[in-house]
Amino acid sequence: MSRAALLVLADGRFPAGGHAHSGGVEAAVASRTVHDTATLHAFCQGRLHTAGLVAAALAATAAAGHDPLELDEAADARTPAPALREVARKLGRQMMRAARATWPAPELDHLARHRPRGAHQPVVLGVAARAAGLTSSDAAHAAAYDSVSGPATAAVRLLSLNPYDATAVLARLAGDTDRIADRAARTAARVAAEGTGALPAASAPLLDITAQEHAAWPVRLFAS
Amino acid sequence: MHLDHSDDLSPAFPRRHTHSAARPTRPDGTRRALRVGLGGPVGSGKTATVAALCRVLREDLSIAVVTNDIYTREDAEFLRREAVLPPERITAVETGACPHTAIRDDISANLEAVEHLEETLGGLDLILVESGGDNLTATFSRGLADAQIFVIDVAGGDDIPRKGGPGITTADLLVVNKTDLAPHVGSDLSRMAADAELRRGGLPVAFTSLRDDDGVRPVADWIGTRLAAWTTGSAA
Repeated sequence: MSRAALLVLADGRFPAGGHAHSGGVEAAVASRTVHDTATLHAFCQGRLHTAGLVAAALAATAAAGHDPLELDEAADARTPAPALREVARKLGRQMMRAARATWPAPELDHLARHRPRGAHQPVVLGVAARAAGLTSSDAAHAAAYDSVSGPATAAVRLLSLNPYDATAVLARLAGDTDRIADRAARTAARVAAEGTGALPAASAPLLDITAQEHAAWPVRLFAS
Repeated sequence: MHLDHSDDLSPAFPRRHTHSAARPTRPDGTRRALRVGLGGPVGSGKTATVAALCRVLREDLSIAVVTNDIYTREDAEFLRREAVLPPERITAVETGACPHTAIRDDISANLEAVEHLEETLGGLDLILVESGGDNLTATFSRGLADAQIFVIDVAGGDDIPRKGGPGITTADLLVVNKTDLAPHVGSDLSRMAADAELRRGGLPVAFTSLRDDDGVRPVADWIGTRLAAWTTGSAA
């Protein structure tokens, strides 16, 4: 594996569309749930342990070589809000575009051919990691980090939060992010024997509800 | 030079152009629609220019528009309300408070929108991609736009061409809009023209007043020339 390839994949500048999404923090800012550094930390921690864990497990399992189409169905089953399913597929398509240009591989072509409107983003991320020669654990780390770095960046724009404070939130969550990624990678190792039922299905109902509402806002800074 | 875009997957250095926006042909070998980006500061008249272009070009060309609003879908809605094109030919991209990122650093959402229009409408000649209002440094990636227009206006100050910046200096066409306001805001058009010439090293500049009948004509003519060159394959 290449450690540098993981940096490329996990870089916030990787051109896969993430910059236009807040990971639910825009709705949380509007309801004053997130209004400062401490509440951003709490939000990111909650997201990491729910949506982040599920995304990391899907990515890790895809990176391990499990059938991505089956994982895509598992992702659908774990994403109850229609708005979030749509966002996940849209971002999956954008990730696919970036990944195929960056690490061309037959496995990416295969998934793109079978999911022309986009597969769930974590699944594409996992296949992309595999194409980049990365491990299951790498993919889990990239997905787990992605689940908190997006909201933190968005909060800087939405709240005029001090960017150093927002980055410090991510740094303080690093241990948690590692643990979630490790747990996701261990789960991925079990899926081959036990099936996708072994994947976590942690959910954050409030994120689901507010994402659905956010999708109908007439004026917003972020697409989700 | 015309590159051969056949897949080129050497194990040592796998490269291919299939997913590059710069690929100028459709899978059937015909030339895809010319993609023209319009950037410029807030309020300079980008949306009005797009609307006027659609009105004068829509009889002869199959056109679609992608707007990049900053926090609303207002530009797309304005174009639909004005009925400059049928609604299915206008689509909006959301930019997460960073309009320049969506046209330059991470063009994936715009490429998705452009390709979706091409797939669903078919046989397009021209796609106009309008950036969200931004600053003087905003430029389109060559991976998204084949040519770009930068729109400023005389009311923003006649020193803008002198100040330069990537938008002013590198755009394929600089449009100085609202010339009808020049006497009222004390802007010197000849000074703007001279400064633009100096900054742009001979790249074209169009002065427009969209309030005049056919005021967008210089821009429409420029697009016509680019499109002719694009269709025959003499311009990338």
